[in-house]
Amino acid sequence: MTTRREFVGKSSTFLVLSAAAAAALDNVLEGTPEKAPGYKKADHWWAMIIDIEKCIGCGNCVRACKTENGVSMEPYYFRTWVERYHVPAGNPEHPQVDSPNGGYDGFPEKYKPGDGSKNFFVPKLCNHCAHSPCVQVCPVGATFESPDGVVLVDKSYCLGCRYCVQACPYGCRYIDPKTHVVDKCSFCYHRITKGLTTACCETCPTEARQIGDLKNPADPIHEFLRTHKINVLKPQMATGSKAYYNGLDGSVR
Amino acid sequence: MQDSLLSAVEGFMYPNEIELQWSILIVLYPYITGLVAGAFILASLERVFKVEAVKPTYRLALLTALAFLLVAPLPLQMHLGHPERSLQMYLTPHTSSAMAMFGFVYLWYLLAVLVLEIWLDYRKEIVLMARQASGWKKLLYQTMSLGVDDISEESLAIDQKVGQFLTVIGIPSAFLLHGYVGFIFGSIKANPWWSTPMMPIVFLFSAIVSGIALVLLVYMVFSYINGTRIDMVCVDTIARYLMYAFIIDFTLEGIDLLHRMYEADESFKSLDFMVHTKLFVSQILLQIIFGGLLPIGLLALPQLVAVTERARRGLYLLATSLTLIGILAMRWNVVIGGQLFSKSFLGYTTYKVDFATREGLLPAILLLILPFLILIGLLKLLPPWESTANVHEGEEPRAV
Amino acid sequence: MRHLMKNKVHLFRMAGLFVVGFLVFAGARAVFVPEGFGVYGHYRAGALEDNRAFPLVHAGRAACAGCHGDEPEALKASRHAKVGCEACHGALAVHADDPAKLTPKKPDAKTLCLVCHMANVAKPSGFKQISPEDHPEGVCTECHDPHSPADAPKPAPAPVQKEAAK
Repeated sequence: MTTRREFVGKSSTFLVLSAAAAAALDNVLEGTPEKAPGYKKADHWWAMIIDIEKCIGCGNCVRACKTENGVSMEPYYFRTWVERYHVPAGNPEHPQVDSPNGGYDGFPEKYKPGDGSKNFFVPKLCNHCAHSPCVQVCPVGATFESPDGVVLVDKSYCLGCRYCVQACPYGCRYIDPKTHVVDKCSFCYHRITKGLTTACCETCPTEARQIGDLKNPADPIHEFLRTHKINVLKPQMATGSKAYYNGLDGSVR
Repeated sequence: MQDSLLSAVEGFMYPNEIELQWSILIVLYPYITGLVAGAFILASLERVFKVEAVKPTYRLALLTALAFLLVAPLPLQMHLGHPERSLQMYLTPHTSSAMAMFGFVYLWYLLAVLVLEIWLDYRKEIVLMARQASGWKKLLYQTMSLGVDDISEESLAIDQKVGQFLTVIGIPSAFLLHGYVGFIFGSIKANPWWSTPMMPIVFLFSAIVSGIALVLLVYMVFSYINGTRIDMVCVDTIARYLMYAFIIDFTLEGIDLLHRMYEADESFKSLDFMVHTKLFVSQILLQIIFGGLLPIGLLALPQLVAVTERARRGLYLLATSLTLIGILAMRWNVVIGGQLFSKSFLGYTTYKVDFATREGLLPAILLLILPFLILIGLLKLLPPWESTANVHEGEEPRAV
Repeated sequence: MRHLMKNKVHLFRMAGLFVVGFLVFAGARAVFVPEGFGVYGHYRAGALEDNRAFPLVHAGRAACAGCHGDEPEALKASRHAKVGCEACHGALAVHADDPAKLTPKKPDAKTLCLVCHMANVAKPSGFKQISPEDHPEGVCTECHDPHSPADAPKPAPAPVQKEAAK
């Protein structure tokens, strides 16, 4: 095994991966991921594309996120979750929505096929708004928009006043019952800054969600945004949301 | 706990919304702050607008404001996940955060306005007591007098001028203090129940109403306990101002309500449903009927028909108590009501108040009792009664 | 000076208290405002590194391919090309870090495949879905190779299923 790791490992990964990713990988293998070098914050601007037409509601993202980020297991703490929309025939504005345990356990069939209804899944996560209402209201600067476009939390500085939770129009924040400070999706900042993708994107089997770097001209996100009808959640909130949805139905809140 | 939180949800809420964020303690925060602002504005009536009739309550109003202001940050503090970090709000205040700026508005109001004004107003008594008292009391009053024994006519005249100036600054400060509390809620665009430019102004007027009612009630109760005569001219005047303020407040809230009903935007069905179900008791019954229309009617009664002094006292006692309950219900409806519906407008939850937990009913009750204990202490330390006893030798006719 | 202070000593002393208070506040700010605050914006610059330093739990498919050449290679050419290793095998950064520390368990195909492929009206219609009631019984992997799935099942076990049906 060791020989194989040395022989195949080093050579083939360097062929497949970009330099940064390979360097990060080396560090993963050595068990010192925090030492991954060469990440320049100013060169990135992170966003996510979510393709509702591809989401199968398997819940992989929810489980992977909870595992990766140590999210509490109670059914009301989620950095990402999946909602199921059921839009009855002839009533496009009044959907029935559910998200049992945030989609962590998948979605047992609940609706009958062929009743004329429209049914689909909507994965949700922090929109990493460029004009975040949550950042605006934080009294001490414990949550902020990073130079590379990610809304992060400074857990050693947060008061736990919950004002940001109130200010988020999308319900993306919660108070971690273990630390009593706010918690939310970080776009897996510890991964994307080391050349890896987020835990949810890594485990999404259909590429329904993909992290993208808007400052990288070669990133496929540009092609996706150009060739699809894109919308954001609650555009009337004007938050500069960077979670871009393809196939977002008007009934989605 | 899990099950009860989940089972409280009707329809759909975003999963992270299921746990309520702001508890009954945050209901107390705008309530107590409002009482402060209202009490101060009553005090300034006498000083700036020269309404002589309310003079007997001038000092009482200031001390009441101080007692409640000292308690105002406690519910916030108790509610924090990390109370030990609260001073960061002063170290690295985020200028775009209403909450951070409130910290400074609070400090300004407490130190630069209220404490200074009380100090200047009481300086003569403080110095006199420093002269008479002995032991630790002497030391206390000497400290309060900052070691200055000068109570000459000239120095008191200067105090009077400075005090007048402070009150003039104090009125906009009191407006700012409570308007700002309204802004903390009104500026949250994510929440349609809160997000309205009316919020600061509604908060302000309801604050004035609650503060006036509180001082009136405290004046009557403490007079009764002390066995001093209730100055009916004073009480009638305050009651009249309370009625005026209440009519303005009630109208403003009515305009807000009508506007919401007529516009009926995307959130309306949610909010309408809530008012008819989960908030029916606290909004329709407590806030609007028994805490709004009824006290306004009771206060209007003596204006319309002749009522005996004794009956008027009873009326005022009942009206002020109802007012205080009504405004508390209003705070409840804003703070708790704003969290009972999902921001998806597809579902609702119910708030269950704990009892003996950190954010339960028991600490809330204690926090409401605490300012009265502080007030009793302040009244012992700085008694307002002696000087008021002979103020109204020649009573003016009731200026209507 | 004396003339200026006449009858106002107490006011000057109070003003002095305010000045002292202000200086204490300014001093406390100088001492207690955390290091690096405000370098990039209104926050502690070190918070960026704190967020970065979080340990990895998922290794990422590239790390898997480093040692396991064959399966990822087969996967790449198949309909499961987009499926990351850890989507089925679970989070394995510990294993990637030191294979001796953790030997991954083989996923239970009976339940795992259905996580994605169980029929559900909310799934996109183009996505391969099965309803267990109108599908041959058995463990999925007896017929389908998860690393190289195909519409037609692997030929060998198929007759068994048919015989059982007879």
